[in-house]
Amino acid sequence: MAAQAGQIARISGVTHAYGKVLALDNVSFDLPSGRMTGLIGPDGAGKSTLLGLIAGARKLQIGTVQVLDGSIANARHRRAVCTRIAYMPQGLGKNLYQEISVAENLAFFGTLFGLTAGERETRIRQLAGATGLLPFLDRPVGKLSGGMKQKLGLCCALIHDPDLLILDEPTTGVDPLSRRQFWTLIADLRRERPAMSVVVSTAYMDEASHCDWLVAMDHGKILAFGTADELREATGEQDLESVFVALQPGQKSKQERFVIPPRKPSAEEPVIVAKGLTRRFGNFTAVDRVSFTIEKGEIFGFLGSNGCGKTTTMKMLTGLLAPSEGQAEVCGSPVDAKDLSIRRRVGFMTQSFSLYGELTVRQNLLLHARLFHLSKANAADRSEKLIKEVGLTDYADADANSLPLGVRQRLSLAVAIVHDPELLILDEPTSGVDPQARDEFWRLLVDLSRSRNVTIFVSTHFMNEAMRCDRISLMHAGRVLVCDAPDNVIASKNGADLEEAFIAYIEEAEGSRSAPAAQEAPSLVRQEARATSPARPRFLPLRRLFAYTQCEMLSLMRDPVRLAFAFLGSFIIMLIFGFGLSNDVTNLTYAAFDHDNTPESRAYLGGFSSSHYFTERSPIQNVQAMEDRLKSNEIELAIEIPPNFGRMVKRGSDWQVSAWIDGANTTRAATIEGYVQQAHDLFSEQRSREASTPSTSDPTTTLQVRYRYNPTAESIYSIGPSLPAMLMMMFLAILMAVSVAREKEIGTITNFYATPTTRLEFLIGKQVPYLGVGMINFVILTATVLFLFGVPLKGNGMVLALGALLYTAAATGYGLFISTLTKSQVTAVFAGAVLSMLPTMQFSGMMQPVSTLEGGARLMGRLWPTTYYTHMSVGAFTKGLGLGDMMTDLLALALFPPAFLMLSVMLLKKQEK
Amino acid sequence: MLSSFSNIFWLGTKELRALAKDLTMILFIIWSFGFSIYMQSTGAGETVNNAAIGIVDEDQSQLSRSIAGLFYPPYFQTVKTISAADIDRAMDEGLYTFIIVIPPGFEKDTRKGRDTEIQVNVDATASQQASLGAGYIQNMVTNEIDRYRKDFEATTGRSSDLAIRRAFNPDGTQSWFKSIVSLGDELSMLVIILTGAALLREREHGTIEHLLVMPLTAFEIALAKVWANGLVIIVAFACSLLLVVEGALDVPIAGSRGLLMLGTTIYVFAAAAIGIFLGTLARTMAQFALLMMMVVMPMMMLSGGMSPVASQPQWLQYVTWFLPSRHYVSFMQAIVSRGADFTIVWKEFATVLIMGITFLAASLLLFRRSIATTQ
Repeated sequence: MAAQAGQIARISGVTHAYGKVLALDNVSFDLPSGRMTGLIGPDGAGKSTLLGLIAGARKLQIGTVQVLDGSIANARHRRAVCTRIAYMPQGLGKNLYQEISVAENLAFFGTLFGLTAGERETRIRQLAGATGLLPFLDRPVGKLSGGMKQKLGLCCALIHDPDLLILDEPTTGVDPLSRRQFWTLIADLRRERPAMSVVVSTAYMDEASHCDWLVAMDHGKILAFGTADELREATGEQDLESVFVALQPGQKSKQERFVIPPRKPSAEEPVIVAKGLTRRFGNFTAVDRVSFTIEKGEIFGFLGSNGCGKTTTMKMLTGLLAPSEGQAEVCGSPVDAKDLSIRRRVGFMTQSFSLYGELTVRQNLLLHARLFHLSKANAADRSEKLIKEVGLTDYADADANSLPLGVRQRLSLAVAIVHDPELLILDEPTSGVDPQARDEFWRLLVDLSRSRNVTIFVSTHFMNEAMRCDRISLMHAGRVLVCDAPDNVIASKNGADLEEAFIAYIEEAEGSRSAPAAQEAPSLVRQEARATSPARPRFLPLRRLFAYTQCEMLSLMRDPVRLAFAFLGSFIIMLIFGFGLSNDVTNLTYAAFDHDNTPESRAYLGGFSSSHYFTERSPIQNVQAMEDRLKSNEIELAIEIPPNFGRMVKRGSDWQVSAWIDGANTTRAATIEGYVQQAHDLFSEQRSREASTPSTSDPTTTLQVRYRYNPTAESIYSIGPSLPAMLMMMFLAILMAVSVAREKEIGTITNFYATPTTRLEFLIGKQVPYLGVGMINFVILTATVLFLFGVPLKGNGMVLALGALLYTAAATGYGLFISTLTKSQVTAVFAGAVLSMLPTMQFSGMMQPVSTLEGGARLMGRLWPTTYYTHMSVGAFTKGLGLGDMMTDLLALALFPPAFLMLSVMLLKKQEK
Repeated sequence: MLSSFSNIFWLGTKELRALAKDLTMILFIIWSFGFSIYMQSTGAGETVNNAAIGIVDEDQSQLSRSIAGLFYPPYFQTVKTISAADIDRAMDEGLYTFIIVIPPGFEKDTRKGRDTEIQVNVDATASQQASLGAGYIQNMVTNEIDRYRKDFEATTGRSSDLAIRRAFNPDGTQSWFKSIVSLGDELSMLVIILTGAALLREREHGTIEHLLVMPLTAFEIALAKVWANGLVIIVAFACSLLLVVEGALDVPIAGSRGLLMLGTTIYVFAAAAIGIFLGTLARTMAQFALLMMMVVMPMMMLSGGMSPVASQPQWLQYVTWFLPSRHYVSFMQAIVSRGADFTIVWKEFATVLIMGITFLAASLLLFRRSIATTQ
C-alpha cells in the first residue's frame, strides 16, 4: 500500500493472550510514518493491546514488533527509542497524578525525558498556552474536567517532542466541545511537525474519517487497512460505520436502520419532577437550580460537558445524595433515601461498571432478582429470559470481569431491569462502547420505552444517541441551558446538527472565556532546532529518580489524612503502648485460706496484705470456694495455711504453706510465683532469726541482685526504647507498599513502563520521601521516649539516628518488596500487615530476647531488621552504648535495604504482561 | 422482616463467592490460622528459656563449681566462665542476661559460718526474662548453699517450705496460654481487615452506590458482610482449634467447646462491626490501612495477652475495657484453661455483644453520610 515515507513500525505475526483469552491473533501490518493512523474496531478487538505493544509498555509474547528501526522486544533498543515515543493510555487522565498540579505533572514528565529545568519551563508555558491550560497550571489534576485532563495528557505526551505519538481512545467520555478542541490541537501539531507519526484508536467513526490511514480490527485480527477511500472502494459503502460493518466477515448485510416508533403522548402523572434542585460541595455549586419534568414512557436525554453536574443530578434523583435546596419527586412521591418501596420501581445503572466481576453473568442476574424478592422459580425464569433478550446467551456462565465492555453494559442493563422497573436512570451507559454495541443497547432501550412504557432518563456524550431521545436537556456548569426535543434544539441555534448546536450553547454560556486562543497561540513544537540543544543534562538517572521523589512527596503532602496518620498515629499508639505494656506486678488479687488462725498465721499473711503489690480479697472458707474463685478469676492467688501452723512455727519445727496460683496466663503466673516466694522467704528468715539466740545465729548468704541499666527494673526502660522499632516498621512498610500498589491500581505505573526510567530509579525515587517520613517519625518517637516516658538516652544519639536511617530504609525496602508481589492496594495492605506483624511484634526482642526464642521463631527473628534496631535502640538508651558497641547491629541493618531493593528490582516488571 | 433476612442472606452468598475466588486472601487466612499460631505458640519457649548466663568464679571451690552446675538447658544456656574484668563489656554487648559473681574465699567463709555474699548482675533491659530469671537464680543458689551447709554441718536445721501449685496449667506450659492469645490476635486482625476491605472495595468499585439504590437498607448491606466474612473466619478458627491448637500443640481444653464457639462467634461479630465501622470512616484503601493499624495494634497488644491488664495504669484500664479483645482473651482463658461455664462468662459475652451492636449502629449512622461525601 501507499507508504511513501517508509514505516515507523512493522508488526508481524503478533499473537497476544491474557490467560485463555486471545487478544491478538497473528497480526501483521506496517504503520506508515508521518501519517495519522486510525485504529477502529469494537471493544475487545485488541486495539489497546496492540498500542501497548508498539509503545513498549506491554511485554511482547509471540511475533516481532519493529519500532523506529529496531525490535521493541529488545530492552536496549526500547530504552534508546522510548524518548522518541509518547504513549497516552486509555482512560481520562489515567497516567496523570491526580493529587499534584498541572504544572507539576508536566515538570514530572519533562524530567523523566531528560529536559533541563530551563527547557522544561519554556516547554510547559508553550504547551499549556497552546492548549488553554495556562490559567490552570496550579490546579490539582483531580479537579480538572475530563476534557482538560485529556488535553493535559496530550501535553505530557508531547513534552519531549516525540516522533511517534500513540493515543489510546483519547476522546472516550469527553464532551463534544472538548473533543473538537482536542482534535484541533492534533491537527495544528501535525501541521507544524509533518514528520511526526500519530497512531490513535477511537470508537468515533467521524474521528476515524480524519485519519490518513485506517486499520480495522475485530476479534484480535486485522480486517483491512488502507486509506479511508481505499476502504470505501473495497466495500462499496460510503459511511465509515457501514464500511466497518461490511468488513466484518460473516456479518449479514447492513442491519436495518433503526427507526424509533413515535411516542404516544401520555396522560398520566409525570414520572420525574425536579424543582430547583441545587447541590453544593463546600463553596462549589455542582448543580444549580435545575428543574425539569419527565413524562411516563419518555426517553429523556441528559447532555453536558464533563463535570457539569449530570451525575450529581442523577444521584439526587436516586436518593444517593440529598439536595442542598429544591426537591425532586419520582413516581409521584418525594425522593427519600429511606423509602425502599420507590426503589423497587426504579432501575439504576451507574457510570462505571458496578456489578460483581467475580460472579458469572447468571449469578449476577440471579442475585439481583433475589434481592428484589422474586421467588426462586421466578428469579430463574426472569434471569433466563433476560439473558436471551439482552443477548447474553453466549456469556451466561462467564465471569462478568472477563466480558468486553459492550457486553458488560448489556449485563448492567439486564440487571437494572430485572425487577421490571417503571423508571430507568442510566448514567453514561454507552461510554467507551463501540458503535455496534451501542446500537444494540439502544434497541433494547427503545423497546423498553415503546412497548413497555418504561420511562428512561439517560445521560450521554454521543450526539447520535441524543437524537434518538424524545427530549434532551443540555447542562453546563451546573445549570440547564435548554430542554426540548432534539430537532427544536438544533433549530433554536440554526445549526446543521446537534453537535453544533451543543457547542453553540456552551460557547454562549461560557461567554468570551472560551474564545479560542488560536491566533497568537504558541506553537506546540519545540521552537529551537534539535541540533542546538544536544546537551542532555548530566546525572540523568538521578534526575529521573528525583522526579519520582518529588512527585511522591507532593502527593503525600497533599494528603493530610495520610500524613496525620503517619505522624500523629504512631505517636498516639506509642503513648498507649508505653503506658499500657508493662509486666510490673500491681493489684495482684489474692485471698487467704487460713485453717490455723493464730497470731503466727496472721503475721505470715500480714507480709502479703502490707505489700502494695497484693490486693486482698475476703478470706476463703472452704476448698470448693477456693476453686470457684480462682476459676471465675476473682482471685489470682490463694494462700492456704495448714492447721497447727502457729504451733509448728513456735515450736521451731518444719512448717509448710501452700500457694495456689492461677496458671492460665503463664507469664503472669511465673511473676506471681516470684513475689510469693519472696514474701515467704522474708517471713521465714525473720522467724529463724527471732527463734535463734543471737550468739548462735545462723550464718546467712545474701544474694545481692543488681539490676543493671534499669535499677528499678521497670518495664518502661526496656519497652519504651523498643516501641519505635515496632511502630516504624509497621507504619512505613504499609505506607510504602500502598504507594506503589496504588500506581499499579490507578494506572500511573504506565509512566514507568513507557519512559526511560529504570527499575532502580523508580523504586528508590518512590522510597526517598518515606525515608524522610521515617526519620521525622524517629525524632518524634525518640523524643516521646525521652521526655514523656523519662527514659534517658545514655548512649550516642547520632549513632542511633544512623541506625534509624538504615532501619527506615529496611522497612520501606520491605514495603517495596511487598508491593512488587501484589497487584492491588488491598493485598498490599494485607500482605504488609499480616506478614510483618508476627516477626515485628513477637520475634524481635521486645517482649522476649531473640536469643531465647526457639527454632523457626528464632530464625525469623534473626532475619528481620526490627531485631537489630530494637537491640540498638535499647542499648543506646539504657546501656549508653556508642558507635563501637553498636557496630554489629549497624552492619546487620545495613544489609537489609540493599537486599530488599535487589529483590524488588528482580521482581518488578518493566513491561505490562 | 422476612424479606430483610432474605436480602442479608443473598448478599452474603455474594461475599462468599467473591472470597472463594480470591486465592491471596485464602492463603493469608491459612497462614494466619495455621503457621502463624503454631509459630507464636511454640517459638516463645518457656517464660525463662535459654537465658544466657555467665559466672565469674573467683573462689574456684567445690561449692562454687556446684553452683555453676545448677544451670542447664532448657531454662538456661550452659554457663560460661568469664573474668571479672570482662563483666561490663559483656553486659554492654548483651552477651549475657545474668552474670553471677562468687567472691574469693566463699566456700571457706561458708564453712566457717560467716555471712557471705554473692552478686547477681541482671541485664534489666531484657524485660520480664530479667526479673523472672533473677528470682529463679536466687532460689536455686540459696537452696544449693543451704544444702551444702547442711551436709557440712550434718545437723538438721529447721526447714520452711512453700508449696506452690499452679492451678489450671500445672507445668506452666507456655503454649497453652500463647495459643489462645494468638488465636484471638489473628481473629481480630483478619476479621477487621476482611470486612473493612470488603466494604471499601465496594466503594472503590462503585458497587456500593449500586446497592444503595436498590431496595436494601444499609443495615442489610452491613450485616451481610458481617455474617459472610465472619462465617469464613469462624470456620478457619474451628479448624485451627481442632488441628493446630488441640492437634499439633496438644493444648487441653478444660471447658465446653460449644461455649468456646459461642463466645468466638460473638467476638467475631463485634470485630466485624469494628471493621465495618472503620470501612465507613476511611475514604481510600491507604487510609483504611492506617486506621486499621491504629485499631488492631492496640487491640492485640493491650488485650492482656502480651502483658497483664492488671499491670496497666488504672486510667488505661478504663480505656482498654472498651476493647472487645480484652474481654475475649479473658473469657477464652477462662473457658480453655479454667474450664469456666456459662454462669461465669455470660457477663463478658454480653459486654462484647453490646459493643458489637454499638459499633454496627454507629457505622449505619455514618454510612450514607460517608457515601455522599465520596466524590
